[in-house]
Amino acid sequence: MNKTVSIVDYGIGNLFSVSRAVEQCGGQPVLVTTPEEVLNAERLILPGVGAFADGMDGLRTRGLIDALKAYGQSNRPLLGICLGMQMLLEINEEFGIHNGLGLIPGRVCAIPSTDITGQKHKIPHIGWTALQKAPSQAQDWDDPLLCNIPENTKVYFVHSFTAFPTHDNHRLADAWYGGRQISAIIRKGRLYGCQFHPEKSGPWGLKILENFINLN
Amino acid sequence: MPRNIRIIPRLDIKSPNLVKGIHLEGLRVMGEPRTFARRYYEEGADELLYIDIVASLYGRNNLRELVRRTAHDVFIPITVGGGIRSVDDVTEILRSGADKVAINTAAVHRPALIREVARRFGSQCMVLSVEAKWIAPGKWEVYTDNGREKTGRDVKEWVMQAVELGAGEVLLTSVDREGTRKGFDLPLVKEIATLVGVPVIASGGMGNLTHLREVVEEGCADAIAVADALHYNRLTLAEMRTALETPPLEVALR
Repeated sequence: MNKTVSIVDYGIGNLFSVSRAVEQCGGQPVLVTTPEEVLNAERLILPGVGAFADGMDGLRTRGLIDALKAYGQSNRPLLGICLGMQMLLEINEEFGIHNGLGLIPGRVCAIPSTDITGQKHKIPHIGWTALQKAPSQAQDWDDPLLCNIPENTKVYFVHSFTAFPTHDNHRLADAWYGGRQISAIIRKGRLYGCQFHPEKSGPWGLKILENFINLN
Repeated sequence: MPRNIRIIPRLDIKSPNLVKGIHLEGLRVMGEPRTFARRYYEEGADELLYIDIVASLYGRNNLRELVRRTAHDVFIPITVGGGIRSVDDVTEILRSGADKVAINTAAVHRPALIREVARRFGSQCMVLSVEAKWIAPGKWEVYTDNGREKTGRDVKEWVMQAVELGAGEVLLTSVDREGTRKGFDLPLVKEIATLVGVPVIASGGMGNLTHLREVVEEGCADAIAVADALHYNRLTLAEMRTALETPPLEVALR
């Protein structure tokens, strides 16, 4: 039996790629739109692209915020992708201050428009950047999500904002951009967030998704 | 700072075929696009770019079925351009499996479309496609409809306006160099890549690996679109990657 993977459909972004990638990894994708479906999910993906406020609005108008918060406390696997990852945190500073789901302590801020040497660099950060150990290394690379993923594997990023978990031990993997380390994967218990798009990161991205689907 | 330059195979489509021309004209049929797309994915392309080059003539993009079938087994970002004129068109093409749209003609005719697409789907989805033709030193004119129609607009001014409206990336095609293998229009690429804060994809003219390094090192391009060199097997993606990852000669000699 294929494992069911519920993908939250809250009216933004493109769910085709995520669904198709889940299927390719041996999962059974199901789009979910109601609080009940979220609460009853076995494993959940919260995808998303675009602006933070629009994303939270999309969740709010469908009554999904409380359901996601409850799901997040149920110790079942959750993977937030890109904006979906950022919404797991508490506070976002995109066009004003917005509250996120608050499942992982921390905030989301704009990537500075200059690199650490003060040179202007490109925003959004678009492209394939290597996954590396987070600085604290409090969590080693052995996480089940990273099973068989070598350090320095390149994955596809497209984002203008970046997550800062309050606690270093919630940073599982980082990536370098403009001389700074940005959170690439965050983790708290069985809640995961990927800033990059595993569904668009070729065979390695699919492997990460497959690892998520196989979390037991 | 090290930069991760993206290499993006560009597939110009005259449905149902992959075609290649010179100066965006004089088309030659290359074959079934999906076969090429699949091969480039397996060989390590960073993204794919499909352009429906006759869409403007028919008033619509005809690539939905091709995109759907490609996205079925290609797991990298796919950008689709040609004949996209409204938010509804974007919705349709994204539903087929595209990740971004490249818009030229319709944005020139109605710049507000850029804002609408960026608002609805995010700036990362809205790629401004610009066809630029040299008119005087440091000056280029915007063309539409695959280099057929002049617009009288200045490329620099247009790109700045479009980024202001929400374009998250610029696909910059040199009409003069397209398909010539003579190298990129370096002054053009440099001018635009250093002008705006969003990534610029250089397109048109790559004949060899030196051209590739020039456009990245001197032209400051963030990504390159390659058609001809790949479709005719003159270069491989691996060779291009190696060329980009080899340090500049003066550094290597130290």
